[in-house]
Amino acid sequence: MSATHHSAPDAVVLRTEHLSRRVGDAAIVSNISLDVRRAELLGVVGASGSGKSSFLRLLNRLDEPTSGAVFLEGQDYRQLPPRELRRRVCMVTQRPFLFPGNVASNLRFGPLQRGETLSDSAVSELLERVGLPGFAARDVTNLSGGEQQRVSLARALANRPEVLLLDEPTSALDEQAKLGIEQLICNVVRQHSLTCVLVTHDRDQARRMCDRVALLEAGRLIQTGTPAEVLHA
Amino acid sequence: MLKSLFHSQISLGFAQAAIAAALALLVILLARRRNIHLESDTAVALLRGIVQIVAVGSILMLLLKGPRWSSVFLLTAMIIAAGSISARRAKNIPGAQKVSTYSIAAGAGLVTAIMTWAGVIDTAITTLIPVGSMIIANAMNTNGLALNRFRSEVLSHAGEIETALALGAAPPETVARYAESSIHASLIPAIDNLRSLGIVWIPGLMTGMLLSGSSPLYAAIYQFVVIAMILASSGLTSLLSTMMIRNHAFSPAEQLMLRNGG
Repeated sequence: MSATHHSAPDAVVLRTEHLSRRVGDAAIVSNISLDVRRAELLGVVGASGSGKSSFLRLLNRLDEPTSGAVFLEGQDYRQLPPRELRRRVCMVTQRPFLFPGNVASNLRFGPLQRGETLSDSAVSELLERVGLPGFAARDVTNLSGGEQQRVSLARALANRPEVLLLDEPTSALDEQAKLGIEQLICNVVRQHSLTCVLVTHDRDQARRMCDRVALLEAGRLIQTGTPAEVLHA
Repeated sequence: MLKSLFHSQISLGFAQAAIAAALALLVILLARRRNIHLESDTAVALLRGIVQIVAVGSILMLLLKGPRWSSVFLLTAMIIAAGSISARRAKNIPGAQKVSTYSIAAGAGLVTAIMTWAGVIDTAITTLIPVGSMIIANAMNTNGLALNRFRSEVLSHAGEIETALALGAAPPETVARYAESSIHASLIPAIDNLRSLGIVWIPGLMTGMLLSGSSPLYAAIYQFVVIAMILASSGLTSLLSTMMIRNHAFSPAEQLMLRNGG
């Protein structure tokens, strides 16, 4: 189930160059250039309205940049079909938005878009990875918030992404569930050498989870560095 | 009472229209007392309505003197106007006017053409124009309902749709569920009309036929024919417009364009 990575360790998997997005007169994301290396967990932090989530949406092209570029493994992502890009750069959102049905059908959704049917054993393996063994037949309406977010993560992993984008994945959860999901994300990312961009407003969470942090303010990149360097306050 | 005051049919008609409009305005004034402000919309609609229908009546008077095929021009103009009016229900969806016009043209046009070819609708201008316009008007309403429902479904499920996109789904697939519910919702009035035919209401066409001396049984059967034609054309219009509009909600890069604040 692990992702197929072609680049060497420490190679840049995702690069943004002068990435910007304007909506009307407002600059939502302004001139952001940064690299994300293979197996790195990069945190994007900032106050509410600083453009963190907007930046993340540009990375798998849910929104169109007004200028600048994004490169995936050195290739301008506009050269990739959007569906292939989104399979390779998968997003987990703040709210899980599970599709009606059971857990297994949610996990099968991504592969099914490419005509692949995930086997029962592959579903079980994914569920074990996210700490939900035996949940395949569960209806999604009977899951707790934490369980839903775990299913959402497993659904993204079912696509075997190279890059995982996480948009405030724990902000809707209670403290206990939050710590559980944090641990899970760290384990999954480390075990499978996934490249990961985590958007969070929670500086403590960024300290606990991230290798490197990018601080955004009013859509601009203010600073990048280790959590200790950036989040000293 | 009016008949004794007005001796020409045209002046009698305008007097009747004035009384009907006054009644509508009275209701609007009642609504105003409850802080529901419909005055300007209703006044404009009433004025537009009388001007438009008098214009059509005048054109019909002219057409009656021309060849039968000239009604095709009037029906085409009605389809274009219907497309433009119902497209307003799909605010912020690019290409909605084109989608609406094509769908109404295909739905209403095809049904009218088949029924005329089969001899169900007489080719006389006095039959083809009123029956054709009824079919077009209902297709327009259905199209407006379908687009409006689709728009609100997409707006309220943007998160689910973008989640599916982010997992690599094709744009039409992500909104298929909402397109289906839009078709269903848009056809409720047409289906209910058919269900309640003769029980709850006796439609205008049948009333007109009875007034002009047709057999009540034939008038009743023909009314069923018209309502069934309306259902067929509305269904086809709704199917086509929701099928086409699905792609217009997305950019070429498969991004959802129809979002609150987007």
